[in-house]
Amino acid sequence: MKLAGKAWKFGDDVNTDEIIPARYLNTSDPDELASHCMEDIDPDFMNKMSPGDIIVANKNFGCGSSREHAPLAIKTAGISCVIAKSFARIFYRNSINIGLPILESEEAAAKIQEGDRLEIDLASGVIKNLTKDETYQAQPFPGFMQQIISSGGLLNYVMSRQN
Amino acid sequence: MGMTITQKILAAHAGKESVDPGELIMAKLDVVLANDITAPIGITEFRKAGAKKVFDKDKIVLVADHFVPNKDIASAQQTKLMRDFAREHEITNYFDVGNMGIEHALLPEQGLVLPGDTVLGADSHTCTYGALGAFSTGSGSTDFAAAMITGEAWFRVPESMKFIFYGKRQKWVSGKDLILHLIGDIGVDGALYKAMEFTGEAIADLSMSSRLTMCNMAIEAGGKSGIIAPDKVTLDYVESRANRGYRIYESDPDAEYCEVREYDVSKIKPQVALPFLPENTVPISEVTDIKIDQAVIGSCTNGRLEDLRIAAQILRGHNIHPDVRLIVIPATQSIYMQALYEGLIEIFIEAGGVVSTPTCGPCLGGYMGILAEGERAISTTNRNFRGRMGHVDSEVYLSGPAVAAASAVLGKIASPEEL
Repeated sequence: MKLAGKAWKFGDDVNTDEIIPARYLNTSDPDELASHCMEDIDPDFMNKMSPGDIIVANKNFGCGSSREHAPLAIKTAGISCVIAKSFARIFYRNSINIGLPILESEEAAAKIQEGDRLEIDLASGVIKNLTKDETYQAQPFPGFMQQIISSGGLLNYVMSRQN
Repeated sequence: MGMTITQKILAAHAGKESVDPGELIMAKLDVVLANDITAPIGITEFRKAGAKKVFDKDKIVLVADHFVPNKDIASAQQTKLMRDFAREHEITNYFDVGNMGIEHALLPEQGLVLPGDTVLGADSHTCTYGALGAFSTGSGSTDFAAAMITGEAWFRVPESMKFIFYGKRQKWVSGKDLILHLIGDIGVDGALYKAMEFTGEAIADLSMSSRLTMCNMAIEAGGKSGIIAPDKVTLDYVESRANRGYRIYESDPDAEYCEVREYDVSKIKPQVALPFLPENTVPISEVTDIKIDQAVIGSCTNGRLEDLRIAAQILRGHNIHPDVRLIVIPATQSIYMQALYEGLIEIFIEAGGVVSTPTCGPCLGGYMGILAEGERAISTTNRNFRGRMGHVDSEVYLSGPAVAAASAVLGKIASPEEL
């Protein structure tokens, strides 16, 4: 699966309250959640970004609450992938489970700048920076995670194994 | 090579003799938990997947605690979705207004989590139950939905970090201060993906309440779980509550740890975490003249009876500062009742505070104590992220109940010693 888009940069420890504030958790409607994506860290984010764009952050992205509303808001907003130096574990797991591609790469997180055009090959974990003409290698997903994603999320994977 | 308590519990639930850190396992679950915010997405996924029944109606726990009694129509719809599901599937342990409490205070109190259990909960503070000697970790709604169908979840066996606490605690220092100090030491991702094992004579000396507080905040260091091996304190707590068998595990002397840290608790003063991360901790002596608008005493971190007793001990005979709003939230109905019998509620109200029915409300900026622009709160809750309790330009300082109560009286962040 190939992804392409423009990079939006964020710093360390971006937490799920910033990704989707709890005042919007009285709904689980994905479109409603997406309309407030990243609101408390960048109120203008949804106006600036375009579908396919890529979030690039530093360490511990998605820390805090276990709310699946956070990766759901990012995915529904049209972000095609999140790249970070590291992810908080519940966010990482939730992203895989709902089919939001995420990649860990210290080099990519350090070198990519806001606005850079990126191209990602999920199967190999290769991130191409077209603006800077650089290539970074992220860890590709292990087999069972690829299966979860190719099944369209954890639930489909579970149900296909039950049957 | 021996195993840690975490490895032993996971091995037993994966049907294996032993497991190694890094190994991927499928584990059977004793408790599968969600709340009024996380369950609705999970239930929708459950239905979308075409699932017809849950794996075991006695092992699923659903608690309406975040936005109940419902704060608005949308949250009422969400809770109703969970309530209807609970009725349809005859979920034994469904807790609604009247018998609900904040989940991580409620489940231990009701004897629903026991030593040796493996627990998956769609709430990040599910790590709390490690204080009972269980493996317990937070997840999202989809993991919860899958677990409701299969009764299992996959885990990567975590490496363990050992934190040894020794020495005698200073006055007014509780489990909250120890864990805040620890998070200040290792940072909000210092234990990323790891099991955090708390041990040593100073842990043995802690009440169950303080132990639950410590394990509750393992997630604030990025931990997958927190755990304390059961001892007499644990067994005294669970014995009268358990309605089923349980197993006691402990780490082998030659178990492997990726890191070991030691803390002399006699040197730890009451702690305060400054905005906007729980790792920004300083001893109370370094916090000067920070005026507050609100003090919150409650939450899954510090809403237990012991916390209320500490707060009442400080507030007795005092009036809170005229510029401060004090909100006290007993975490469960039985804590509320006991606080009533003991006269604690009277002390809070006479001091000028308000007392709320159990709810997560203000901790996550849901309702019942939202901060306006530029306002500042001292809170016994667990997170002080930007905008966590309300306006994006408000501030939360975290502390234990003693500092929160003293601060409410003095109108600024203060030690009980200053009263």
